[in-house]
Amino acid sequence: MTTLNTLVAVCLGYVLFLFVVAFMAERSALRGNGRWLRSPLVYTLSLSIYCTAWTFYGAVGSAARTGFEYLTIYLGPSLVMIGWWWVLRKLVRIGRTQRITSVADLISSRYGKSNLLAIGVTILAVVGTTPYIALQLQSVTLSFQVFGTPAPAADALHDYTALWVAVGLAVFTVIFGTRNLDANERHHGVVMAIAVEAVVKLTALLAVGVFVVWGLSGGLSETLARIDASPLGHWQMEGGRWAGITLLSAAAFLCLPRMFQVLVVESDDETHLRTASWAFPLYLMLMSLFVVPIAVVGLDLMPAGSNPDLFVLTVPLSQGQEGLALLSFLGGFSSATSMVIVAAIALSTMVSNHIVMPIWLRFTGGGASVSGDVRHVVLVSRRLSIAGVVGLGYVYYAVSGGGTALATIGLVSFAGLAQVLPAMLGGIFWRGATRVGAFAGLTAGFGIWLYTLFLPSFGSGMILPDALMQNGLFGLGWLRPYALFGIEGMDPVLHTLFWSMAFNLGAFFLASLVSFPSPLERLQGAQFVNIFQHSGAASSWSGGVVQSEDLMIMAQRILGAREAQALFAREAERQGHPGALPETSPDFLEALERELAGSVGAATAHAMVGQIVGGMSVSVEDLMAVADETAQMMEYSSRLEAQSAELSRTARQLREANAKLTRLSVQKDAFLSQISHELRTPMTSIRAFSEILRDGSALGPEDQAKYATIIQDEAIRLTRLLDDLLDLSVLENGQVSLNLRQGLLCDVLDRAEAAALAYTDGPRLQINRDRKAETLVLNTDLDRLSQVFINLISNADKYCDAAQPELDIRVVQTAESLVIDFIDNGSGVSVEARDVIFEKFARVSDGQAGGAGLGLAISRQIVTRLGGAITYLTGQKGAAFRVIVPQGMALAAQ
Amino acid sequence: MPKHVLLIEDEPNIIEAISFILSRDGWTVNTHSNGTTAVDTVHARRPDVLILDVMLPGKSGYDILRELREHPETEGLPVLMLTARGQTKDREMAERAGVNAFMAKPFSNSEMLEMVRSLSTP
Repeated sequence: MTTLNTLVAVCLGYVLFLFVVAFMAERSALRGNGRWLRSPLVYTLSLSIYCTAWTFYGAVGSAARTGFEYLTIYLGPSLVMIGWWWVLRKLVRIGRTQRITSVADLISSRYGKSNLLAIGVTILAVVGTTPYIALQLQSVTLSFQVFGTPAPAADALHDYTALWVAVGLAVFTVIFGTRNLDANERHHGVVMAIAVEAVVKLTALLAVGVFVVWGLSGGLSETLARIDASPLGHWQMEGGRWAGITLLSAAAFLCLPRMFQVLVVESDDETHLRTASWAFPLYLMLMSLFVVPIAVVGLDLMPAGSNPDLFVLTVPLSQGQEGLALLSFLGGFSSATSMVIVAAIALSTMVSNHIVMPIWLRFTGGGASVSGDVRHVVLVSRRLSIAGVVGLGYVYYAVSGGGTALATIGLVSFAGLAQVLPAMLGGIFWRGATRVGAFAGLTAGFGIWLYTLFLPSFGSGMILPDALMQNGLFGLGWLRPYALFGIEGMDPVLHTLFWSMAFNLGAFFLASLVSFPSPLERLQGAQFVNIFQHSGAASSWSGGVVQSEDLMIMAQRILGAREAQALFAREAERQGHPGALPETSPDFLEALERELAGSVGAATAHAMVGQIVGGMSVSVEDLMAVADETAQMMEYSSRLEAQSAELSRTARQLREANAKLTRLSVQKDAFLSQISHELRTPMTSIRAFSEILRDGSALGPEDQAKYATIIQDEAIRLTRLLDDLLDLSVLENGQVSLNLRQGLLCDVLDRAEAAALAYTDGPRLQINRDRKAETLVLNTDLDRLSQVFINLISNADKYCDAAQPELDIRVVQTAESLVIDFIDNGSGVSVEARDVIFEKFARVSDGQAGGAGLGLAISRQIVTRLGGAITYLTGQKGAAFRVIVPQGMALAAQ
Repeated sequence: MPKHVLLIEDEPNIIEAISFILSRDGWTVNTHSNGTTAVDTVHARRPDVLILDVMLPGKSGYDILRELREHPETEGLPVLMLTARGQTKDREMAERAGVNAFMAKPFSNSEMLEMVRSLSTP
């Protein structure tokens, strides 16, 4: 009889063996010569963690209870591997190019890096996996009990068996699962150990099977006859349940965190899938080959009431085949441990990345830079997460008491994790899938699963009260967990699968259709769905030396030869082999990345190093970060450009303003000089003649009168000049207020004529007017208009050089305006002078006429204020001026 | 022999006043009121003293003076410049053009007379 002590010794020896295997594998991987580690065979064998203790022990139990139904558990994954290899290929490609670390990471990345989604999936995964881990612990404990029942001294030990197993597994996982923070999250040691365990469990099961068929039943035909005779032979296939569980296991194969870990995350080369697609179904077939014979023989041999789940152990034991039983025990132990190890790694990655690290970063306020400090924190958080996950499994085991049949727990777990499937497949095949949709689907599915399957699975009255199970939530019959919406009599698992998937899919599609994806989501969606257009065939890791050389070349380009060589030499020395190129250890890569980041920016540096190491294509995140940096630089430079343009614009404006001021200043000087001249000239005459008169003893009375008159004239001229200047100033400043009145045009002209000719000696100028045309009523400032007319008439009087000076005043009324022309019969104004006659002091004639040259300037100001215009009329013989007054101011006389 | 003054000025009243003041002091006064023909008139009249206004129709007093100074016969001709624009800038321009004396309008009759007298005695 194998004692418990030998069993413990065997277990410890086996675990030690696994340690050695894992350690060797890690060593060769680190040295870069572990090509055999990355063979398709190892990949295929690592997939066997699908076959846990549940399948190892439970399949026989299931067959004993429900016949061939256990096959569905194998059928689902086989169908996926054979029929859905393209889905797997896409997942693996996405996982590699996007550097996906877990199911939660995949969902989160696809839906715009939503951490909320990641947390949701992580919680779902933890809740769904915990019973499963408990199941493994239970199976190990049960198998111990099979061997250990007679020894009372072992009671104390086997009570703690599960605990010891849990602790042992946690330690193993911590050691090999968190050795380093490989950027690719690959664990060569662990994968190798799992592959070895896969061989052990297959060998064990096959050995028991061969023993049962040929050793106990006496051959193949006898065995078949035995099967026919047993109740199993009369088993009827229940179509719905068969299809449902096949679907469930297929979904679980894709969604289980540990399966995702080995399928996608640990995958070195997607071409391995080609081998796995036939080899893994073969493995499953071999695993299932002897299940029914063992079950049938077990039912025959073992006393009624013995646990069929343990037939694999108890049948050889009952036949005294302790060696075989021990092998079988190791097979079961392998199944359990490999599952727990990988599940713990997968879950700890999720918990650490999506729950612990975000919280830690928030509390420390640290940036996302992977400094050594953060690395340390990540490692600690991973380790604690592993311990936590395994611990949770143990607590579940301890609390639930391990009473429930193994198969049921497995299916409950499957159904929970299958909820990820719509978001996962939708995410990689449907660009329209959105974060809101994924969240809605997951929440709905998870909620229904929790309510209709997970919580009731603890047993009636454990968590959900009996009353609720019987009468439904709030006493509503249609809310009974096992008969949702009034559908009764269905298998609970199928019932849950149906409703949770219906709501999950419905919510996922509806919410996706009505919500809009964010830009990042849209981009990621395109990247995921069109992954084969975006990435070249993912290549596997190339050798370390080649990478170092490539890194050196790149570093030299960016840092300069001397600096790069110094950095590499420093790193090589630190790694303990000075003179050689440093190995591409994470520490070295980090240091290099930091160094490069100083030159090209963090994101670019990361992308460059990533491109060389592992030959992975640049992820969207990298590209976006590079784009961000570039955009920032471009924005900065365009800001500089804008500033410089602004400056030169300001400078130009200043130059223009300055030139304008200079021009204005010159104009002002000229104007003042002009005024000075106009004022001093009459004053000169006045002063000279007043002095002459003062000491004028010798002056005759005529001279005295003459000089007095000159003084008077000049004084008047001076006064008029000042009046004009003030008038012009007022008009130019726009301070003039118009005094609008109604009056006849002919009256205005009459007054103007009289005033203009008042100071001339006799009516020298003859004025020709058409009084009939002038009989128009004006509504304007009559005095101001009169002032314009006076100026024009007196100009004609002063400057018309004809022998018989005449002035024609012609009035024409058009639709829009009233036109008054003043045309004399003199020689007119020279062409060059016409442009300047309306300017101030623009006296162009040679003769002295007493004016200061302000008249036309004033006239133009007045007419402009009245809304009209004054122009020099070309094409006439003499000087001709046209005054235009807007029609609104002229009304036909009554 | 009475000294000869040529007055180039376009304001009739000022011409009359200056002519009266200088004639009363015994000077022979000729007048001319056009800038364009002023230089020719100076050469024709050959005055002992030239009184020159700045703002003249056709050509400015400065230009007339510069032309006179370029000519050997008139480069030493005593010139009194009168201007109604009495700014420093105008005085400087007159001096650069080669003026002998400069007076701003309005002037004192006696001062003007003294100035002409002093210009006529070398």
